[in-house]
Amino acid sequence: MTKLLSGNEAVARGAWEAGAVLGVGYPGTPSTETLQNFAGMPDVRAEWAPNEKVALEVASGASMAGARVLVAMKHVGVNVAADPLFTQAYIGVRGGLVLLVADDPGMHSSQNEQDSRNWGPFARVPILEPSDSAEALEFTKLAFDISEQFDIPVIVRSTTRISHSKSLVSAGERAERERIPFETDAPKWVMMPSNARVRRLDLDRRVAELKTWAQEHAPDRVEYRDTSLGVITSGIAYQYVREALPDASILKVGMSFPVPEQAIRDFAARVDRVAVVEEADRYLRTHIAALGVEFDDVPLPASGELSPGIVARAFGSEGDTLRGSIPGLPARPPLMCPGCPHRGLYYALRSVNAVVTGDIGCYTLGALPPLSQMDSCLCMGASIGMMHGANVVGGIEGRPIVSVIGDSTFAHSGITGLVNVAYNGGSGVVIILDNRITAMTGHQGNPLMGRTLMGEHSQEIDIEKLCSALGIESVRTVDPHDIDATRIVLREEVKREGLSVIVSRAPCALIVPEKEDPYAVNREMCTACGACIKLGCPAISTDDDGHAEIDITVCVGCAQCVRVCKFDAIESSGSACDIGGSV
Amino acid sequence: MKPVTVMLAGVGGQGTILAADVLAKVATASGFDVKLSEVHGMAQRGGSVDTVVRYGDEVFSPITDPGAADHLVCFELIEAARRVQWVKPGGRLLVNTRTIEPLPVLIGAAKTPDDLEARLAEEGAIFLDAEALACEAGSPKSANVVLLGALSVGLEFSEELWQETIGARVPSKTIDVNLRAFELGRRACVEGECMA
Ligand SMILES: Cc1ncc(C[n+]2csc(CCOP(=O)(O)OP(=O)(O)O)c2C)c(N)n1
Repeated sequence: MTKLLSGNEAVARGAWEAGAVLGVGYPGTPSTETLQNFAGMPDVRAEWAPNEKVALEVASGASMAGARVLVAMKHVGVNVAADPLFTQAYIGVRGGLVLLVADDPGMHSSQNEQDSRNWGPFARVPILEPSDSAEALEFTKLAFDISEQFDIPVIVRSTTRISHSKSLVSAGERAERERIPFETDAPKWVMMPSNARVRRLDLDRRVAELKTWAQEHAPDRVEYRDTSLGVITSGIAYQYVREALPDASILKVGMSFPVPEQAIRDFAARVDRVAVVEEADRYLRTHIAALGVEFDDVPLPASGELSPGIVARAFGSEGDTLRGSIPGLPARPPLMCPGCPHRGLYYALRSVNAVVTGDIGCYTLGALPPLSQMDSCLCMGASIGMMHGANVVGGIEGRPIVSVIGDSTFAHSGITGLVNVAYNGGSGVVIILDNRITAMTGHQGNPLMGRTLMGEHSQEIDIEKLCSALGIESVRTVDPHDIDATRIVLREEVKREGLSVIVSRAPCALIVPEKEDPYAVNREMCTACGACIKLGCPAISTDDDGHAEIDITVCVGCAQCVRVCKFDAIESSGSACDIGGSV
Repeated sequence: MKPVTVMLAGVGGQGTILAADVLAKVATASGFDVKLSEVHGMAQRGGSVDTVVRYGDEVFSPITDPGAADHLVCFELIEAARRVQWVKPGGRLLVNTRTIEPLPVLIGAAKTPDDLEARLAEEGAIFLDAEALACEAGSPKSANVVLLGALSVGLEFSEELWQETIGARVPSKTIDVNLRAFELGRRACVEGECMA
């Protein structure tokens, strides 16, 4: 059956066909849809874990119990999961354990760029690199087989253009498989030093065996065409090479760890000139150079994505003729949606002149003008640790230090940061932006709102009680749409000694089922003071003499602007449809 | 057949992904090799988004380069201007006349040039007021399907196949509206009402 599937859908399908019974992970672009699709398949369970480390640990337990299990995360997720990953390689598996890692070269939706192929030699885990959805499915199935045959966790490494491109796939049937029976095996599964020393060397043995097996069976592919140029490539770069250099011979590396040394030597011996085309790090180039194989180091960008045109230019093509460009265009940065509760909180935050340690989610957009209320964003969960660190060394210019963190991010790795501040007797104001959902990655459930990936209701964590259990005396809850009330609470809390938590609670505007009627500006009353413009709401603009205007087709009636207008110039209007729905 | 490259450019939330998906399904049903590439995540929050569909006997890259698209369908005027270089000289440039001012303009920190339509007209743009036609079809939200209708005039697929695919892809309550939207977009271009 031929289907048009994204790389993520194909990985989910591959895991299902391979008989995986559990999928677990944490959302992160571009990996998220993998588990969402897996969850929809028959006879499986899929779970969002609070973070990637927990996800991999759950997978480890499932593997120990003899089941096949898929884990999915974005590239930075592996940093969080690296602790169990490295030691899992020592242990190996019982049921096959496959980790989908989706990299984001060019940082479409990420705080950094990492080339996950590097985990191969670092953690000594095999890496398979599909070049399209058909391979994403095939390689995932193969990864489960390799995992069990060589007793090792396997990474399937994708990138944005694999995960989020659709191409044709021939889908197969699910292999029904028996659970591998459990046996007590402490030397393999209990990684204390005496056992780990043995497993460390055993890991080298398993990788070496895999390398020998791979010479015959790895999904590498050699395509001989004109042998005056031979290109070694992998992943999405393969497609760009085919497009840009249709006559070139190609060694397409399908398993990038262990590096196919013999295949590289054989290929290099058959072509006149070798070049290497890879996206992101100099991974293949470094390994190929170490083999002593000479290649032409064509100029590829050190960061960002490749494209057929970039590859063509690296080989001397002039590129396509272009039309003239149209200059002077305004940028279009992403923005918070109309009615976003984060906006109200940031507007109120402007009044306390705080240094704001930030975190990752939709609310990171509060760093952009006109709100400009964020001074740092490092990694998930960092806001609270950074707030504490800045306070411990004596603070910053005597200003209050406030951290802002989303609900999903708090559950991911903010709770430990908060425990740390409480434990060390630190101070500061932690604002938890509880919009009842993991919004940035497309509205996944999380432990704070209590809906699972299977759509079940579960216990939602009571943040206020959790904070009191940590001994935090001041825990207050605000409605961020009520900007005045929020401002008052903020002013009180930044003056307080010690640690306090403010839970800013209102649902994401995109999950509120009914929109309110839109508002309109009464021009007679508007003094063109600009207060509402400072909200940065996409529904509000100014006319030539500075008066505010509201686009009724964009306004969702959150009334934040009504609250910041000192002149009562913003009034309810009829619904958008009554006004004729002109857009 | 050499691959045909269609790029759809717009603003997060305008429905470019659904439109691209319908086109990809139509091309698949016609027996072509197909690739579709889209970007999710941060940009979807009101940022610039573009989606690429390529079909032909054998398609390698899911993405394209400036100067390489055969058709560029722009859901918004500023994005049309931003992406105009992506359509090859002689390619088809279809532009929705709607403007969505980006935040820097709304807050007065930047300005949108006021000659964008004229500049795009010099590039041979075909203009369409997709929202007006969508409202006529029954919902302003069907503007993306109006644009598909307009695009369909320049592609080789039958009207029936488009209708079937749209019917299968959109929520069942909205099938009628979307089929009307497709029809209006298609007719606007067939009858030459698109202002060239
Ligand atoms: C280690 C890691 N995992 C996943 C991500 C992807 N990611 C970025 S923000 C986010 C969730 C944000 O949700 P929340 O904190 O609830 O904020 P919201 O977007 O709802 O405002 C995720 C999963 C990441 N950046 N880093």
